Amino acid sequence: MRQLLTPSGDLVGEAPFGLDLCVRLYRAMVVARSYDRKCVALQKQGRLATYAPFEGQEAAQIGSAAALEPDDWMVATYRDAAAMWAQGYPMELLVAGRTGDERGGSPPDHVNVLPPSITVGGHMVHAVGLAWAERLQGSSRIAITYFGDGATSEGDFHEALNFAGVYGVGCVFFCQNNGWAISMPRSAQTASETIAQKAIAYGMPGVQVDGNDLFAVYEVTRQAVERARAGEGPTLIEAVTYRLGPHTTSDDPGRYRDAGEVEEWRRRDPLERVRIFLSERGRWDPEWQAEVEEKAAREVERAVELAESLPPPAPGDVFGGMFESPPRHLREQQATLELYRAAGEG
Amino acid sequence: MPRMRMNQAIAQAIADEMRSDPTVVVFGEDVAEAGGPFKTTDGLLIEFGPNRVRDTPISEMGFLGAAVGAAATGLRPVVEIMFIEFLGVALDQLVTQGSKFRYLSAGKVTVPMTIRASVGAGLGFAAQHSQTLESWMLASPGLKVASASGAENAYGLLRSAIQDEDPVVFLEPRRLYAVRGDVKVGSNAAIPLGQARIVRSGEDVTIVAFGSTVRVAVDAAEQAEFSAEIIDLQTLVPWDRQAVLESVARTKRLVIVEENPYSFGWGTEIATKVASELFGDLEAPVLRVTTPDVPVPFGKALEERFLPSTSYLLAQTRYLLETGTLPRPWWEGGPT
Ligand SMILES: Cc1ncc(C[n+]2csc(CCOP(=O)(O)OP(=O)(O)O)c2C)c(N)n1
Repeated sequence: MRQLLTPSGDLVGEAPFGLDLCVRLYRAMVVARSYDRKCVALQKQGRLATYAPFEGQEAAQIGSAAALEPDDWMVATYRDAAAMWAQGYPMELLVAGRTGDERGGSPPDHVNVLPPSITVGGHMVHAVGLAWAERLQGSSRIAITYFGDGATSEGDFHEALNFAGVYGVGCVFFCQNNGWAISMPRSAQTASETIAQKAIAYGMPGVQVDGNDLFAVYEVTRQAVERARAGEGPTLIEAVTYRLGPHTTSDDPGRYRDAGEVEEWRRRDPLERVRIFLSERGRWDPEWQAEVEEKAAREVERAVELAESLPPPAPGDVFGGMFESPPRHLREQQATLELYRAAGEG
Repeated sequence: MPRMRMNQAIAQAIADEMRSDPTVVVFGEDVAEAGGPFKTTDGLLIEFGPNRVRDTPISEMGFLGAAVGAAATGLRPVVEIMFIEFLGVALDQLVTQGSKFRYLSAGKVTVPMTIRASVGAGLGFAAQHSQTLESWMLASPGLKVASASGAENAYGLLRSAIQDEDPVVFLEPRRLYAVRGDVKVGSNAAIPLGQARIVRSGEDVTIVAFGSTVRVAVDAAEQAEFSAEIIDLQTLVPWDRQAVLESVARTKRLVIVEENPYSFGWGTEIATKVASELFGDLEAPVLRVTTPDVPVPFGKALEERFLPSTSYLLAQTRYLLETGTLPRPWWEGGPT
């Protein structure tokens, strides 16, 4: 398993980036954690729908997204808000989406991020199609897709990898093996020793990386992205990490897993080792941390305010979102509704 | 009669079948250790052990297909599709494989399996976790399709589904899992598939409901100034033509309340049958109360508007009774 920065903050290889980028990515992880905890809190207050926390997976998401170009495609899941945000998805739209507003699913035009997949596994094939089509159109854009260890049991995963391998498309398959798929441990999910080794069957490189190591995640993703962009084909990355929280806000992990296991992974916190690394190089102190956290909290707060200040959608809006040119029966349904509303009778 | 939540009634029906028939096995995602995401298999692992109650990898096509194979050996698999939407990943195994084996083998290979799935809106689960989708199955010969409408009939219908010699899709409205009801239990409590239930007798109008809309209809009837007969179909394939025709022949008016899009919903089948058989006897056109032809909205307010509610059903039915003509649906400005 590739590792560059140990849990105690020791560098055991060459850093893949300079200190400035390291500081930027550390800040991003702090923002991500602040966003995640805020969403959990908002959900408890009934201000968000069910939420899938990613605490513990910040390095996997921020480190991998940092290896992309800003216009590369990203196709992720319900648990990947940090990666989506890092790829330019406005935070207020991420929040809006979770309040139940479909407008949250529509980022600005320059953001090449599809809506997160709710169907486990259904989206990996989209990344294959995106990458393939970009190549057909002479573009050097690549696609990255995020998924969990559980998703590798779906037929879709195998079809996506096979297709990508055969066509040699510029696609990076980024698996966050966070130990659990709801109540199912990774060991019961697949008899393969690693998820990375599944790549062999599809004729592509497979790399296992410490998913809580920002440095190593960035390095292996960078290599996969370069390979993809150079037309050398897809890569499967298995980032070994851990879901510190529940599967979603409606799950109780105490039913199926040990508190001891969670504690053990807390000690491998992805933020902590970067903090030590920076501190040893004179780039971190408690006042700075407080300032970074406060800024992060403000950024998240602002996003929540923006999301909550969107005017609520009207009943007629349910007809608007389905087709480029709505078929006649829908046009009539919507038009009549608006007529009645305007007349104050709706 | 014990009082319990619908998810408890389901767990008990499975447990009682497992006690009386050692060939019944349960598998699906998170059904064993966690007792099911909706707690519909709670306690089964402890009582019956890991050979009969198994968590599967996240492979719907895999475990549904394996259930077809296991059923062909004589086991009675009860598999859980957490959200009916995930059946999409495995549909071939159901509509093209499992439901056709008996026919293709001239009766030699049979598939006595039960597929349980949660369905419907009302919990703020958004467009991809809120559909009913029973129409996927209704026109696939070889399948039976039933639905619980609450704890009261979940137990009895599920026992029949598990005992059935052919594949049965058993639908469970998500928003009713936590609702309590009085449940008749025991081996005599099985409710035959294909038999509707008159939930409430009435004279002015027959309201036919299924699954989640039964409660809506009952609530409407309780508040109504007119007398409504409520029929819970309980099974869509095969549906109880006799019960519906007999009732409408008396009341002469039919309202069908469905949690699915207006176009091509199951109610069209009922409406066609009744309008053809009782043509001339009806005193009003058949009214269907449904959702509009759009995906289930995520936001709470829109989702509430989207679903047929008690007050909406009441307003629509009242209009029908008062005018003898069809009201327009809410999205065309009709009474709400
Ligand atoms: C096709 C499909 N099957 C089942 C589910 C229910 N489900 C949602 S998340 C999940 C676990 C996924 O685990 P994993 O892929 O490891 O990702 P994680 O949630 O751990 O990030 C399951 C079974 C679903 N959404 N879609």
